[in-house]
Amino acid sequence: MDKNRLAAGSFRLLLHVVLIVGVFALFLWANGKDPIQAVRDTVRINLLQWRGLWGVMVRMAPLLLTALAAAFPFRAGLINVGGEGQFFLGALLGTWAALNVPGLPQWITVPIVLLAGAVGGGLWGWIPGLLRARGWVNETISTLLLNYLAPLIVGYFVFGPWRAPELAIYPQTPEFPDVARLPALGTTRLHVGFFIGLLFLFAYWFFIHKTRWGLEMRSVGGNPEASRRLGVPVSRWVVLAMVLGGAMAGLAGIAEVAAVHYRLKLAISPGYGFMGFLVNWLAGSNPVGIVLMSFVVALIASGGFTLQITQRIPYAAVNVLLALILFVVLAKPASGILAKSLARRWKA
Amino acid sequence: MDKSPVLRAEGITKRFPGVVANNRVNFDVHAGEIHALLGENGAGKSTLVKILYGFYQPDSGTISLDGRPTPIRSPREARGHGIGLVFQGFTLIPALTVAENVALFLSKLDWYISPKKLAAQIQEASRRYGLELEPKTPVWQLSVGQQQRVELLKLLLTRARVLIFDEPSKVLAPHEVDTLFGIFRDLRNDGYSLVFITHKLREALTCADRITVLRQGQVAGSLNAQDASEEKLVELMFGEPLKEVATRERGSKFGKPILELVDICTRAVGTTPALRQVSLTVHEGEIVGVAGVSGNGQRELGDVILGLIKPTTGKKIFLSQEATAWPPARMIGQGVAFVPEDPLAMAVVPWFSVLENVALLSPKRFSLYGGLGMAWDKARAVARAGFERLGLNPLPERARAASLSGGNLQRLVLVRELSRDYKLVVGLYPTRGLDVRSANAVRQAFLQARAAGKGVLLISEDLSELFALSDRIVVMLRGQIVGEVRPDQTSLTEVGRMMVGVGHG
Repeated sequence: MDKNRLAAGSFRLLLHVVLIVGVFALFLWANGKDPIQAVRDTVRINLLQWRGLWGVMVRMAPLLLTALAAAFPFRAGLINVGGEGQFFLGALLGTWAALNVPGLPQWITVPIVLLAGAVGGGLWGWIPGLLRARGWVNETISTLLLNYLAPLIVGYFVFGPWRAPELAIYPQTPEFPDVARLPALGTTRLHVGFFIGLLFLFAYWFFIHKTRWGLEMRSVGGNPEASRRLGVPVSRWVVLAMVLGGAMAGLAGIAEVAAVHYRLKLAISPGYGFMGFLVNWLAGSNPVGIVLMSFVVALIASGGFTLQITQRIPYAAVNVLLALILFVVLAKPASGILAKSLARRWKA
Repeated sequence: MDKSPVLRAEGITKRFPGVVANNRVNFDVHAGEIHALLGENGAGKSTLVKILYGFYQPDSGTISLDGRPTPIRSPREARGHGIGLVFQGFTLIPALTVAENVALFLSKLDWYISPKKLAAQIQEASRRYGLELEPKTPVWQLSVGQQQRVELLKLLLTRARVLIFDEPSKVLAPHEVDTLFGIFRDLRNDGYSLVFITHKLREALTCADRITVLRQGQVAGSLNAQDASEEKLVELMFGEPLKEVATRERGSKFGKPILELVDICTRAVGTTPALRQVSLTVHEGEIVGVAGVSGNGQRELGDVILGLIKPTTGKKIFLSQEATAWPPARMIGQGVAFVPEDPLAMAVVPWFSVLENVALLSPKRFSLYGGLGMAWDKARAVARAGFERLGLNPLPERARAASLSGGNLQRLVLVRELSRDYKLVVGLYPTRGLDVRSANAVRQAFLQARAAGKGVLLISEDLSELFALSDRIVVMLRGQIVGEVRPDQTSLTEVGRMMVGVGHG
């Protein structure tokens, strides 16, 4: 029985990989590119060179956190696809803090800025959480819609009141003061945000599996009806899980701005919020899985930028690949049936 | 009446895990006959008709059509043989019209459906049997009664000869029931065979030609309508008192009141009935049984006590404190234990381990450092002691709840709910669907609670269980308490009559 399940699982994974790689290779080939060379370039530049590897890890930093933005609510039985919007709101509030703190030393300023970012994201998670807890709007719909609103709000500020005076043709804020920037590791580009991500991943694991609150939150996700009857405050956990998730994405947003761009503008995310959702889905909300899957997705994203240069493949191709992955992963049940029947035939 | 029945089922046995739903059931229906299947919930009526319709396969027994043995392997085959079933929940598509819904159901669908021909057929059938349906009306505009008639129409147009209805009156208003029964009679006079399920005596007596009563999966009796009477049917439905579950002395002194409900009323939400003026007291060392056909407000009564439903008027007093507005957490904290039916849905988290589920009742009690950790050792000790005190074999602590049998799940719930300083146990059909041994474990636990001076409120449909355990029995009907009796001064038949409203309008 277990052997069968394992066989079916392996088949499924194999099918996924074959499907994804195969279709993407076909896509590249149909566009007149060399798929094998594309893989070679990606590996050579992004994995085998220190510079490239640091770059991949810099991309992992926001993904770790946006994956958590989906993971916390998922444990409470909620689907948060609003990571992208929460990312932008976090960047917005964090920027406000960074541009307004009086001259304090870095070790105080940075936590304040990060906290403001978490509050911003948390606020953007609180709204759908509240709507859901009241039984008014499904959180999947509301988080998705709020994704469209958040960049517009950021747009208002960078085009309007916060626009930098020195380079007024660009819609962006002035640069962050040095004290508000996240320090990087030595001479690399790898910034503190990456380690904050790891830290929160550990905190997430601890919270979910070790604490009383984690037990309650998982029970809400596991059986809301029983939880209600056991006196677990279900609606409170629904709101809290969304706020926690939003805060994670907000943290990712402000960390990205304060460590990579140093100023708020519209082009701060190549879709980190959505990628984080994908990471969490692939990882099944497991912390170690989130690290691994963040690496894979970050590698794909970095590879996309590499291929833009070496093979002149538009970056959008990466979105095609990520969408393919999502598509194949969501098609799990069907492919599972296929894999099972294959496994059965294999045995016979 | 014809000599040989159109449809005959012989020796039908069907087991589900832990329960025998049908035990050597014989059933038949003739052409031009209305046959009522009567019985309590869980008596096996639905299972039987689903077997006739090919939805379930019987473990043993045969089905014959026109005297020839004919296995029915799927609903599709059943329809091919002219057997149609109208489910309790309808299978219509609201956005489509009556004609479109009917067309979808026709088995031999031509590539082009002539709307005129179909409409003519619908209108003809509608006129003949007074269905009052227009082909072009969208289904979402129809009343529930009309929707039911669309289901019937579907069967008629596929030339079904045997029409089976699973509790058709459940969704209908009284006047709609009369209309439906009028249609039944017209159909019978045209030679159709009709089977309908009900647990209402009066419906069986007014409409059926023959009545078969099922009790606990077996045929308790089959009567022609002219030979049947309310008394006879009640006796067949509920039987005579079974053996006592456990020995206990009755009528001992009770202590102070633990729970008092005073004139509780609630609002009806959706299809749930409202409670009307429910007053009830449970004392220390007393088991109060609540009898009734399920769906008459028992679940709501339990939810009011637990604090899930706030009464619109009335008062709830728990341990001499006004507790009307207390939320579930506070009721539980003050000592209410709740043992519901179907623990997997209502009481446990399926993919939590046994231990986690035990800890879930009061996570605070087992938390360390204000919640930063959980004292699993303490939870383990409590669980072990609980199993021992209830005289149960301990369950593997790491096993997931979803992997346990229904009986073991209920043992887990018992251990969790009763391993603390509780004052009142509320059982909401706690033995429903359990095998005999597990059911007895639950009953034993309730008797233990009573002996320890706790209050017990036992909501059940199993009258022999209520008679064996209760000090007092109240009967609920349509959200009201319609009677209160003492088991040693009444009979099962008497309570059964009250449950179905005989002599109470």
